[in-house]
Amino acid sequence: MSRVQVLFCVCVCVCVCVCVCRLPSLYPPNPCPILSQSLRPLLSQHGCRMAAVWTFSLLLSPCLLWPSCLALTPPAELPQPHNLPPLLGINSSDGSLSVDLPRALRVFSMDYHHVQAPFEIVLWIMLASLAKLGFHWSGRVPAVVPESCLLIMVGLLVGGVIYGVRHSAPPTLSADAFFLFLLPPIVLDAGYFLPGRLFFENLGTILWYAVLGTLWNVLGIGLSLYGVCLLAQSSLGDVSLLHCLLFGSLIAAVDPVAVLSVFQEMHVNEQLHILVFGESLLNDAVTVVLYKLFESFLRLPSVSGLDVLLGGCRVVVVGLGGLFVGLFFGLVAALTSRFTSRAQVIAPLFVFLYSYLSYLTSEMLHLSGIMAIVTCAVTMKQYVEANVSERSNTSIQYFLKMWSSVSETLIFIFLGVSTIQDVHMWSWPFVCSTLLLCLIWRATGVLLLTAVVNKLRRNAVTFRDQFIIAYGGLRGAICFSLVFLIDDFPKKRLFITTTIVVILFTVFVQGMTIKPLVELLDVKRKKRALPTVSEEIHSRLIDHLLAGIEDVVGYWGQHYWKDKLVSLVLFYPQLVFPFSVHAHKKWYLKPPVGGSKHRMKKITQSGLTIMSTSYCNAVLDPRSHSRPLLPEEMDSIRRILSRNLQNFNNKVNTQLQQRLYVDICLVEGSL
Amino acid sequence: MGSRASTLLREEEIEEIKKETGFSHSQITRLYSRFTSLDKGENGTLSREDFQRIPELAINPLGDRIINAFFPEGEDQVNFRGFMRTLAHFRPIEDNEKNKNAAASEPLNSRTNKLLFAFRLYDLDRDDKISRDELLQVLRMMVGVNISDEQLGSIADRTIQEADTNGDNSISFNEFIKVLEKVDVEQKMSIRFLH
Repeated sequence: MSRVQVLFCVCVCVCVCVCVCRLPSLYPPNPCPILSQSLRPLLSQHGCRMAAVWTFSLLLSPCLLWPSCLALTPPAELPQPHNLPPLLGINSSDGSLSVDLPRALRVFSMDYHHVQAPFEIVLWIMLASLAKLGFHWSGRVPAVVPESCLLIMVGLLVGGVIYGVRHSAPPTLSADAFFLFLLPPIVLDAGYFLPGRLFFENLGTILWYAVLGTLWNVLGIGLSLYGVCLLAQSSLGDVSLLHCLLFGSLIAAVDPVAVLSVFQEMHVNEQLHILVFGESLLNDAVTVVLYKLFESFLRLPSVSGLDVLLGGCRVVVVGLGGLFVGLFFGLVAALTSRFTSRAQVIAPLFVFLYSYLSYLTSEMLHLSGIMAIVTCAVTMKQYVEANVSERSNTSIQYFLKMWSSVSETLIFIFLGVSTIQDVHMWSWPFVCSTLLLCLIWRATGVLLLTAVVNKLRRNAVTFRDQFIIAYGGLRGAICFSLVFLIDDFPKKRLFITTTIVVILFTVFVQGMTIKPLVELLDVKRKKRALPTVSEEIHSRLIDHLLAGIEDVVGYWGQHYWKDKLVSLVLFYPQLVFPFSVHAHKKWYLKPPVGGSKHRMKKITQSGLTIMSTSYCNAVLDPRSHSRPLLPEEMDSIRRILSRNLQNFNNKVNTQLQQRLYVDICLVEGSL
Repeated sequence: MGSRASTLLREEEIEEIKKETGFSHSQITRLYSRFTSLDKGENGTLSREDFQRIPELAINPLGDRIINAFFPEGEDQVNFRGFMRTLAHFRPIEDNEKNKNAAASEPLNSRTNKLLFAFRLYDLDRDDKISRDELLQVLRMMVGVNISDEQLGSIADRTIQEADTNGDNSISFNEFIKVLEKVDVEQKMSIRFLH
């Protein structure tokens, strides 16, 4: 029985589960009185119903599995020649054309091999998406267990089912598929929605953690593991130093996918989020280079000091190379997007194509693909958002979110599926020491590095933040793929097992406990309490004041180059003429004379929401000066302020567009 | 240009400015070269037009008021010392200064002085009170043209209501300080001047 049939059945079962779960909402009475009575003190009515239905459906699914599998089994003698078009000819042993003539005309036939590859891919994606759907419908579970854990569990389940049915290992996540197809959408999504200002403000710290921290972790874990192998000479004697270093390089890497999925559900303050996330993105350069370095060292007969030095240079080349490739493609994409006004439908396509191209190019040149794609996304975002239509922008954002979501789900499911292996090599000392060492080295690394970097930063990274950074170093699918790529050697299975254990440990244990720990340590959360109106207004005043003073002083600290670029765009448009749309340039320089509706749309898409006069009047009625305001009026005031207080990052654009709006109103009013 | 700047600024002056404002030697020389680059008339003082020539300041909603803040009461020119005195408000508060309780006079970049600077942006007539009209003016500058006068009036009322404790329908400096006690003013109102 083939894989696809199993997959198909599982999909059907999951569908049934999801539907059955929603069924109780149509019928208020309790479907399972006994269960509910025993658990009533513990569960709410709804939760109890959900639990009952889930157990019911899980018991039901294997029963559905068998008959449907049997039903789907094609006849044993699949008449191959029937399904090939006669024009292609059939290869028989004597080379002559021989076709089995049918005894009667087949009204209904099935040709699975024709559609095998896409069918299987679609089924996997379907399974991933249904699992995600089921997760979100499952009541209070999302609050406790992060999505990644549940997806891995689903993967484990599916892997177990496949293993049970076929008695052989389920398909594993091939490294090529992961690196070429599954990883780029996630990184592109991360790069496109990267909070630019925050990222560049903290860039020094992020690089510090990414480069030095990863080096510290790799060397620490590698060397300590070698020590452990030397101590446990009997079982681990044949693991050489280079192997340990290689293993250290792949296990030390913090994974952006896992970090994203867990931190998104936690609301920590932005600075902490960007530190952990930025580090996980940038340490790719270091990780992959070290990995490839140690791998090539393993293949060399001997390693000299010169090789190590060259390896160091290579890290720099890989990182900067990725950066430049990304920059190049980002600028080309910006240039292309300028011309998409006549074919707006394909504008989003260019964003994806150029980003993917930058990734593939840098992978081809053995540079850092992640750096390339992130740089490309960050570079082209400004121009693309200005040049393409509003609908295209929405499409881009939506597609990015969708693809990255699907990728992430697939990765976690495959992680679960691939855990069910034929042969696992287990070694208590190796596995336990790896787990311990990962935690210890990361903690010490973060502590030491932060001690140094706090002297140079204005906002110190507090001890609580450090704990979260150290504890939030989750490993994920990158380690997993890298471990499969190792050249075969006797202990490779051990490495694979250990990697899987570390990944599962970090995702499950650390992923689930980080939220309660955050609450326990009372990390400075994103300010949930709404600032008062006074605070908002006065803060905004201070922001404008500071911007003005910085202009007087003549530099913006970290923003100097970015804002120099902005002023170049506005005041010397011919310099960036190639990248931004011609109309965009003319548009702010002189007031519009016609087509004001289109320009209204252009204005809205640039971030300033124009409130129509009707909305203005409907929101608040004129009031007397001394009456205190009601809560709903407070809400409308907040809404007005958040939309209309000059948006700080777009301050230059909005002011000019404001004047433009006045002109439009005058023009429209006079019509 | 660089060499000319350093010869025009005497060592004693640098020392005095250092004592008054707390800037370091290199920061003062660097800001002096910025001062001279703004000073198109080359007479050692800046006028309002010199400030208005800064392009980004021209489009800042509070640009005029910020420029005014540099000029002492009633004057039209500001020399380098006045320039530095104003900028001193935006120096970050350093740890060793935080502990100096027995300072002779409060340093220019203390929290209170920073807040006083912001307060004076509202309070044009220097009567130590932000009246409703003054608040409305600043609000209008920051918010733009989309909001009607009535809505703006409600917002201004709300702001005064939140701050006003003595019922005089205006915000005094102490009330202003109180309202911003949760905001991290020391960090918001600081520029990290490069050394």
